[in-house]
Amino acid sequence: MVLILLSILFVVLRLTPGDPVSAMLGGHAPERVIEQKKEELGLNRPMVIQYLDYLWQVCRLDLGESMVFKQRVTTAIAEKLPATIELTFFGLIITLFLGVFMGAYAADRRRQIQDSAIRLYGIVVYCIPVYWMGLMLQLIFGIWLDILPIAGRTGPRVFASTFEKTGFYILDTILVRDFSALGDVMIHLILPSFTLGLVLSGIFVRLTRANMLDVLRADYIIAAEARGIRHRKIVYKHALKNAFIPILTMMGLQVALLMAGAVLTETTFSWPGMGRLLLERIYLRDYPTIQGTIIVFALIVASVSLIVDIIYAIVDPRIRY
Amino acid sequence: MARGLSPLMRMGKKYGLEWWILLIGAVIILAIIIMAIFPGAFAPFNPHDQNTGPQLLPPGGSHLMGTDNLHRDVWSRIVYGSQTIMRIAILAAILSSFSGISLGLISGFSGGILDRILSLIMDSVYVFPGLILAIAFAAMFGPGVFNITLAVAVIYIPTYFRLVRGQTLSIKEELYVEAARSIGASSFTILWKYIFPNVIATTVVVFTLNVADAIMIEAALTYLGLGLPPSIVDWGMDLAMGKKFLPSGQWWLITFPGAMISILALGFTMLGEGLAEILNPRLLER
Repeated sequence: MVLILLSILFVVLRLTPGDPVSAMLGGHAPERVIEQKKEELGLNRPMVIQYLDYLWQVCRLDLGESMVFKQRVTTAIAEKLPATIELTFFGLIITLFLGVFMGAYAADRRRQIQDSAIRLYGIVVYCIPVYWMGLMLQLIFGIWLDILPIAGRTGPRVFASTFEKTGFYILDTILVRDFSALGDVMIHLILPSFTLGLVLSGIFVRLTRANMLDVLRADYIIAAEARGIRHRKIVYKHALKNAFIPILTMMGLQVALLMAGAVLTETTFSWPGMGRLLLERIYLRDYPTIQGTIIVFALIVASVSLIVDIIYAIVDPRIRY
Repeated sequence: MARGLSPLMRMGKKYGLEWWILLIGAVIILAIIIMAIFPGAFAPFNPHDQNTGPQLLPPGGSHLMGTDNLHRDVWSRIVYGSQTIMRIAILAAILSSFSGISLGLISGFSGGILDRILSLIMDSVYVFPGLILAIAFAAMFGPGVFNITLAVAVIYIPTYFRLVRGQTLSIKEELYVEAARSIGASSFTILWKYIFPNVIATTVVVFTLNVADAIMIEAALTYLGLGLPPSIVDWGMDLAMGKKFLPSGQWWLITFPGAMISILALGFTMLGEGLAEILNPRLLER
C-alpha cells in the first residue's frame, strides 16, 4: 500500500507544472544557473531512473535530503513527529471516552429523548469542520474567557531545550521532573486535543450505539438480566465489553480521519507537527520532504491497523492467527 | 396549507426521527441553493466592494454580519461564497461517482488481473487520509476552481469503486444476468441494462454523504490556502482571513463563514442519513 501511494505521488509530482528549482532560486534566475542546480539535484536524469533510485533510498529508510534546506528529511520528520503523535493520542483518548460512553448510553435509552439527542449530537458534531471547532474554542476559551493558551506547545517562559529528549514533551518533562513545565505543556494540549476529540466523537457515538444495540439484544444479556444483575452493570460491563471489538476495528480505520484532523488542528493551533511540516514544504515545493511526510503518514496508518489486529487478539481470546 | 402538510406529517408518524432529519436536511440545502442561484436578492452589497462602510464593524445595522478588514460586507460575501462551495462540492461528487461507479462496474464484471490491480490501487487510496491526499493533489495541480474540484474528486473514487464492485460481483451471479447472457446479450448490455440499475440505488445515499464530506474538504483546502485565487469569494478563505483577527476579538469574521460550512454539510448529511434509513427499512428496527 505504501509502495503504491508512493508511486502515484512520485509520478503526479513530477508531471505537474512548476519545478522546485525555479521556486527555490526565484522566477528570474538565469537559465544556466537553473540547469546547474538541476544537474546537482539529479533532476535531469530520466524519470524511471529517478524513480528506482528513490525506491532504493526508501528501502534503506533514507528519505533523502530536503531540496530547499540543507537537512535530511528524516531529521525534519523526527523533529515533528512526536508533536503529532502526542496530539493525536490525546485526541483519540478524548474521542473514545466521549463517543463510547455516549453511544452506550444512547443504546441503553433507545428511542427515548436522550437517544435522539445523542444521535443528533453525533450528526451535528460530525459536520463541524475541525478547524472551525478549533477557532471557536480558541475564541471562547482563549480570548473571551482568557483561561487557555491558543497556540504552540509551550508558553513563552518555558524553553523546550531545557527538557527536550524524546520530543514527547509530557514524557520529557516527567523524566526531568520539571513539573511547572509539565503543567504548561498540558495546558497547551487541552484545546487542540479537545478540538480533535470532539469532532471525531460523533463517529464513535454512532458506531458504539449501533454495536451496542446488537449486543443488547443477545441472549446472554437477557440471561444476565434474568439473573438479577444490576442493569447498569449489564450495560456498561457485559455489553460494552462485547461491543468493543467491532469498535476497535473501526478505530483502526478512523486513524486516517484522525491524521487528517491533526493536520488541520496543527494549522489552527500553530502546533509544530507533521501537518505543518507538510504544508510549509508544499509551498516551497520541496519534493523529498513532501514525499517523506506522506510516506510516514502511510506508515502510521499501516502500522496502526497492524497494532489493532494485535490488540484484537488480546481483547478477544477467541481470535487466533 | 394544513392539508398540504398532512402527507408530510403522515410520513413523520410512519418513520419518526429519520423523516424529520431528512426534511430538515432538504430544507437547508434548498435554502442555500436558492441563495446561490439568486445572490442579488439576498446580498445588499457586492462581495468585492471595499466601500461598504468602516472596516471591522461588528454585526448590526446595515451590515447584518459586520464588515471585514477590507471594508467588505461579511453577509454579502457569505451569500456569494455559497456559489463557490456548492459548485465545487457537487461537481467533485459527480466526477468521483461517475468514475468510481464505472470503474467499479468494469472491474467487478471483468474480474481477472485488471480487477486485481484496480482493487489494490483503490484500497490503498481508500485507507489513506483523504484530506492529506487532497492537500498533496491540490498543491500539485495549483490554484483554480477546476483543479481543486479534481483534487477533492480523486479521494472519493475508491468509496464508489468498492461499493459498486462488491455489488457487481454478487449481481453478476444472479439468475437474470445468466438468462440475459444466454439469449446473447453483449457484455455492455448486461452491464448497462441489468447490473447498473441495481447498483445505482445504493450509491444515492453515498452520493449525498459524499457531497457533505466534499464541502468540508473543499473548505479545508481553501482554509489552508491551497486551491483558489483570492479573486474568488469562498467561505474557507474568509475563515482563514478571519483567523488573523481572532486574537483581537473580531469574532464575526470566523463565526459566520464557519457556521455556514457546518450548516451546509449538516444539510447534506441529514438528507443522506434520512434517506439511508428510509430506503433501508431493516435499519428502522434499531
